[in-house]
Amino acid sequence: MKSLKALANKLADTDYQLEVLQREPERFPSFEEQLKTIGLFPLKPTGVEVFQINIGKMCNQVCKHCHVDAGPDRKEIMTQETMQQCLDVLAANPSLQTVDLTGGAPEMNPNFRWFVEGIKALDRHVIVRCNLTIIRANKKFYDLPEFYKKHDIEVVSSLPFYTQDRTDRQRGDGVFEDSIKALQMLNEVGYGKEGTGLLLNLVYNPAGAFLPPPQEGLKAEYKKALKQDFDIEFNDLFAITNLPISRYLDYLLVSGNYEDYMQKLITAFNPAAAVGVMCRDTISIDWEGYLYDCDFNQMLNLKVESKGKHISDFHLEELNQRSIIVNQHCYGCTAGAGSSCGGTTA
Amino acid sequence: MANHYYNAEDLNKFGKVGEFQKEMADKFFDWYGEVFKDSALSAKEKSLIALAVAHAVQCPYCIDAYSSDAYEKGYNEAQMMEAVHVATAIRGGASLVHGVQMMNKVKSIAM
Repeated sequence: MKSLKALANKLADTDYQLEVLQREPERFPSFEEQLKTIGLFPLKPTGVEVFQINIGKMCNQVCKHCHVDAGPDRKEIMTQETMQQCLDVLAANPSLQTVDLTGGAPEMNPNFRWFVEGIKALDRHVIVRCNLTIIRANKKFYDLPEFYKKHDIEVVSSLPFYTQDRTDRQRGDGVFEDSIKALQMLNEVGYGKEGTGLLLNLVYNPAGAFLPPPQEGLKAEYKKALKQDFDIEFNDLFAITNLPISRYLDYLLVSGNYEDYMQKLITAFNPAAAVGVMCRDTISIDWEGYLYDCDFNQMLNLKVESKGKHISDFHLEELNQRSIIVNQHCYGCTAGAGSSCGGTTA
Repeated sequence: MANHYYNAEDLNKFGKVGEFQKEMADKFFDWYGEVFKDSALSAKEKSLIALAVAHAVQCPYCIDAYSSDAYEKGYNEAQMMEAVHVATAIRGGASLVHGVQMMNKVKSIAM
């Protein structure tokens, strides 16, 4: 399987994605209008605390739902120079307490470890969104669990389900087996084990055109099944809704599920989830250093509505005053119990 | 007036049955919501029961709704099909067990 970009798929064009999302306005009311009805438009930040950095689109996996359109054929990688600019901004802004590293597989960036060490030297909490299989992909990654432990990194990993069939259908053949081995390696060094303080959180996202079930019940099922079948332990489970963009949008359109899925998201619009959306306390940075309201806006190339749009022109106060850009994909974060990179929000 | 009896889009209008009788509809939906909550049985278990019953009563709306719901809640294809077989076995068995009544009657009138 290749990325949409490598396949020259029309949906690799972000303008085309936005055009698709804005079709049928009489059937699908605009997200902006929904926010107006609850007095939340324009959507304003509550104060930026999370610095989410996408350090490259290269990945060892090609997941069917990937909103980044990541894969081995994507060569976009953040340079050390841009990383240094991020470190300078972090040093100058102590309120940015959490740094969330994502990709692609962030570990495939050749300067990943240097960057993590630089952030830790600034005494920030670091989250790495590890796809698990990268740990097993090559001998040079086998020591990642030790590296994470040494720097007290919070590891957040996708495992779409606790069974092989659903996981492999979404993430590719053999991914479940490698993910289980990687989780066991993380457990071995203490991750997910009570009393170690080493956080290992899993991410559930639906392998199909449906919404996640309630997070707490699902977490209990994951805990039971993974312990019983593989002796694996973890801390928390984040249930995340798939947003209708990029490769997941392609899946919805090709499978004929797009309209029903949008209807489902809109019907499930929850004002409480809208209040808690992650873009209100997060800034997302792309591999070139441009700034966005969230990782999804980044993938739609919707840069922040602020004078400074690049890490080299970062002004926290200005960003805290900006209006967050919303579009139809935002319904994915406000449906039901809500969705964010940290799971449900309502 | 539609020229067919079932329309998939009608499922989304189910909540509007209160338009003709609000009080009873409100009571029904409150009770319905309560029935499917986690309780002595989990919401997940109830979803699979609903799927089986949907097949027993052959309600296309219910089959759509609970096929999605049971799959969303984590049941796999084989589990869901086994639930349908359970419903089918009970439906088939319900007919066949009446064969005993037939046998009783025949035996009572035969020489």
